[in-house]
Amino acid sequence: MLIRSIMVSLKCPVCGGEVQVDDNALPGEIVEHDCGAQLEVYSDHGRLSLRLAEQIGEDWGE
Amino acid sequence: MILGVSYDLLRWEERNLIDEAKKSGNKVIPLFTKDITFLSSEDASYQEIEAIIQRNTSHSRASATSMLFETYGFKVFNDSLTLNRCENKLLTTFLLRSRGVPVPRTAIAFSRERALEIAGKLGYPVVIKPIEGSWGRMVARAQDEDTLRSLIEYQEFTTLQYKTIFYVQEYVNKPDRDIRIFVIGDEAPVGIYRENSKNWKTNTALGAVAKPLKIDEELRELALKVKEVIGGFFLGIDVFEDKERGYLVGEVNGVPEYKNTVRVNQFNVSGFLLNKLTEVIKK
Repeated sequence: MLIRSIMVSLKCPVCGGEVQVDDNALPGEIVEHDCGAQLEVYSDHGRLSLRLAEQIGEDWGE
Repeated sequence: MILGVSYDLLRWEERNLIDEAKKSGNKVIPLFTKDITFLSSEDASYQEIEAIIQRNTSHSRASATSMLFETYGFKVFNDSLTLNRCENKLLTTFLLRSRGVPVPRTAIAFSRERALEIAGKLGYPVVIKPIEGSWGRMVARAQDEDTLRSLIEYQEFTTLQYKTIFYVQEYVNKPDRDIRIFVIGDEAPVGIYRENSKNWKTNTALGAVAKPLKIDEELRELALKVKEVIGGFFLGIDVFEDKERGYLVGEVNGVPEYKNTVRVNQFNVSGFLLNKLTEVIKK
């Protein structure tokens, strides 16, 4: 079975431009926008949305 | 199996794990840590979850969520005790040492003076590492006492939790590589060499190149022994090759990354992990 993903258009919180995100995206997925911003997908009351990705933390790793 | 995946950043590994789990007929409940709350007066959501795989990038989130899920009766892999043993290098090294697992000569000191004194006993060059940390961050080599004194001073002025505990280790004169071997359940099926001829630090996060690992019996036994001491279900063990002493265990990772391992070995780590987990849950 061929699974087609549907793209949804979201707004970049940095430049206001359009960002295409797969509607199968999960919260915590990182999207790089053309403007250079690294964005994180999150769920805003059940709707996919974008915010600036978290910076690498002091306790991040394996 | 109904599987929870606890994560705070959806990297290749988490996406692959979720996709592989769905592909093999499991139901997956993504548990995005930043959206989760725990209320002491209420039961946890998703009571139907049979196992939770811990994949948080932040050590504190990983440890805290494993701990909390455990208090609600969930089976979490890796559990909080294992994570704490892995995240704290002092604990990892000295636990391993206590059970006869070969480790590099390592000194712990609680003051600048004693750290310098014991480094002299180890012999320069030495390596200073933060008690907690990853991806080679703030791991530094001191060729002499003067350099070590400066590195200690830098550490003292950080905001690190363990900034006044000094973990000083002999510099192991390894080839331009180290070993990352994975323990999954009761097996050590796969691993990589991490090669870097330009940087003595062989973290892939710092540009080391992954090559398929040949696992000999001694290495396999060593990895399983580490698992026996540290606990857990899924471990990424870093091993140095010393010309005289053979294998020395450097670090143990409780939420290991494996994208490069899958790529160079053509080995389905997520699939293997899920099969092993299903066996454990069925028991």
